[in-house]
Amino acid sequence: MPGRVFITGIGIISAIGDNVAETLTSLIIGKSGIGKNTHIESQYKEIFPVGEVNKGDHELAGVLGINDIREYTRTSLLGMIAAKEALSDAGLTDISKAGTGLISATSVGGMHRSEMFYKDFLNNHSKGRLMNIIHHECGDSTEKIADILGVKDFVSTVSTACSSSANSIMAGARLIKNGKLQRVIAGGTDSLTLFTINGFNSLMILDKNKCRPFDDTRSGLNLGEGAGFVVLESEEMVIKSGKKPYCELKGYGNACDAYHQTASSPEGNGAYLAMKKALDMSSLKESDIDYINVHGTGTQNNDLSEGKAMLRLFNGKVPPFSSTKAYTGHTLGASGGIEAVISVLAMKENILFPGLHFTTPIKELGMIPVITVQTNCKVNHVLSNSFGFGGNNSSLIFSQS
Amino acid sequence: MNVYINGIGCISPQSSTDGGLFSGDIKTYEGEFLQCIDPDYKLYIPPTMARRAGRIIKMGAAAARICLHDADLAMPGAIITGTGMGCIEDTENFLTEIILNDEKMLAPTAFIQSTHNTAAAQIAILLGCNNYNMTYVHRGFSFESALVDSMMQVDQGESENILTGGLDEMTPGMFAISRRLGIFRNSCSGHSALFTKKASGSIAGEGAAFFLLDGQQTSSSYCRLEAVEMLYKPDDEKEITGKILKLLKDHSLRIEDIDLVISGVNGDERFDGIYSSVLAPFKNCRLAYYKHLCGEYHTSSAFAVWLAAMILKKNQVPSFLLAHGDISTPPANVLIYNHYLGSNHTFILLRKC
Repeated sequence: MPGRVFITGIGIISAIGDNVAETLTSLIIGKSGIGKNTHIESQYKEIFPVGEVNKGDHELAGVLGINDIREYTRTSLLGMIAAKEALSDAGLTDISKAGTGLISATSVGGMHRSEMFYKDFLNNHSKGRLMNIIHHECGDSTEKIADILGVKDFVSTVSTACSSSANSIMAGARLIKNGKLQRVIAGGTDSLTLFTINGFNSLMILDKNKCRPFDDTRSGLNLGEGAGFVVLESEEMVIKSGKKPYCELKGYGNACDAYHQTASSPEGNGAYLAMKKALDMSSLKESDIDYINVHGTGTQNNDLSEGKAMLRLFNGKVPPFSSTKAYTGHTLGASGGIEAVISVLAMKENILFPGLHFTTPIKELGMIPVITVQTNCKVNHVLSNSFGFGGNNSSLIFSQS
Repeated sequence: MNVYINGIGCISPQSSTDGGLFSGDIKTYEGEFLQCIDPDYKLYIPPTMARRAGRIIKMGAAAARICLHDADLAMPGAIITGTGMGCIEDTENFLTEIILNDEKMLAPTAFIQSTHNTAAAQIAILLGCNNYNMTYVHRGFSFESALVDSMMQVDQGESENILTGGLDEMTPGMFAISRRLGIFRNSCSGHSALFTKKASGSIAGEGAAFFLLDGQQTSSSYCRLEAVEMLYKPDDEKEITGKILKLLKDHSLRIEDIDLVISGVNGDERFDGIYSSVLAPFKNCRLAYYKHLCGEYHTSSAFAVWLAAMILKKNQVPSFLLAHGDISTPPANVLIYNHYLGSNHTFILLRKC
């Protein structure tokens, strides 16, 4: 396929920082954002730790200069902050001169507010404040982001559970490669909700302690919230502006495990296929990959099947890898965007970020992640994995440009 | 760009699975919303799925199966869906359980099935399809986003063919909320009066329509999918008309070449005016409606594409579309224009092949 796609801007907000600079500092000093849940009223508030963004809704709105927050869900506010940072990081002030799109992703959209509505609505369909339900749709946060950025040429939303924002980046790249757009702001946003806390708890995959991805004693994930966006631009735009991009999005692949709605196939077939597709598209060799930011949720099922797929693809010689979910928590529809930003940072700074809380390799795998921060590495090619419900598996490859 | 519709499958409030609608069997509704006619699901999906899955998943899986059968294809190169609201029934069920059981001892089934990509995933599991699997969820752009992604992949040879669908379900809860929000009418005197008795709000509907999009034309192709465009929050109606005229120009068509316009007019007096002013240059074209047949929902344009594909293959404009103008000559170029509450405008161009 013709056309190259570059990343020229990044923006992020999560439990480890409100912007790129704070995120980088936390990653380097190994500071996890997992802690007590303070803003979701749940029976499990004291039981399951979460990766919460350090600001309340009013404070987030304040960052954006918004006074009346009724129109904005937490999902929207998080997305607006990260997408704005990405756009300004790319040095873009007037986006109207070249075809610019926004593809955002979310798994539960405005659910946090819908839950408030539903309590009153359940027993009486004429009750419940409508202001809390009109933002339920996934498209709501995307349109809020589009409007604050002034994006008009293409606006859409992806929702494929936990691989959502890796897929939005893929969709954005395809639009550029096909010449439909010159520039796409792509990523995703999700806030913590009662719905997802209870959902993952009903599946018995939430850890009461801090999650331990790829550790033999792992016993589940920690939920998180946040948003991560990248600015994708065509080669033509990069040449025209003369700016140095962070990197090239050299490969991407999506495959369906087609095994079970929530469980991964034992051999991680979908994960293998997604990584293989991305690698084939990039024309790189397995040995070219310097670092893998794994999906690594910390559940028994994911880490084992993802590990098996990696061993298979890399023929036993797996490159340095880590999961950064022990820092941010699993941010669901935002995780692909958040981890794309982290992958770009690894490459820009030539640093490998460690997986936290690791002590013992998984018996069946014997794989050891990066466990201390590695500086002065040459990080030329990074593979980032995002896997979701429905066996929706996606991989992205970022390369130094 | 050569993209052909080589198979179709549609579950709707009309007899769309058995040829009934095009033989003149129009289902009339006097109730508050138009609900899909359930086929015998056991013909298309395993009994456990027919029992356990939410309606939208069953509707989607059955429509997908019908479509693949129609195209005589076992394994599509990709599965791409668009849904405005996703699995609302399961979402409501899980929310209800959380509240009623005070967050304790919850069964995971409703949560598992509540994600927006459940139908696309379940279709992949049914088929054993490991290929690209994607779901777009943007209000009135949901189905069109799926079409755009599909067309790019077929055009670039990323995939030879793609199973693409638009699907949404309506539930009593969502209906109640939407009505309070003014999206649907407070009283409904039946779907047949939708365009004659103007009021604030439309009537509710639902549906699942799937298409097998292929880069190769076959002897049984329905039509060519020529172009899909979206317009987000246009400044005014002039901008919308401009977008349509540019679309025609890009495809070397003149206004008079469009011989059927299928409009998304839905009886909502607050927004229907947009259709008449935007489509003013098409005053000599035949103009047809479709929402009296399927109701209003985020992916209703998928039902319109199904109608257009049938019309282009059967070489007839059926009278049930309430078209203005002479319906005796078969159309060659069909334009579908729909908008969602005035903010998401979409244009789909289909041509005879």
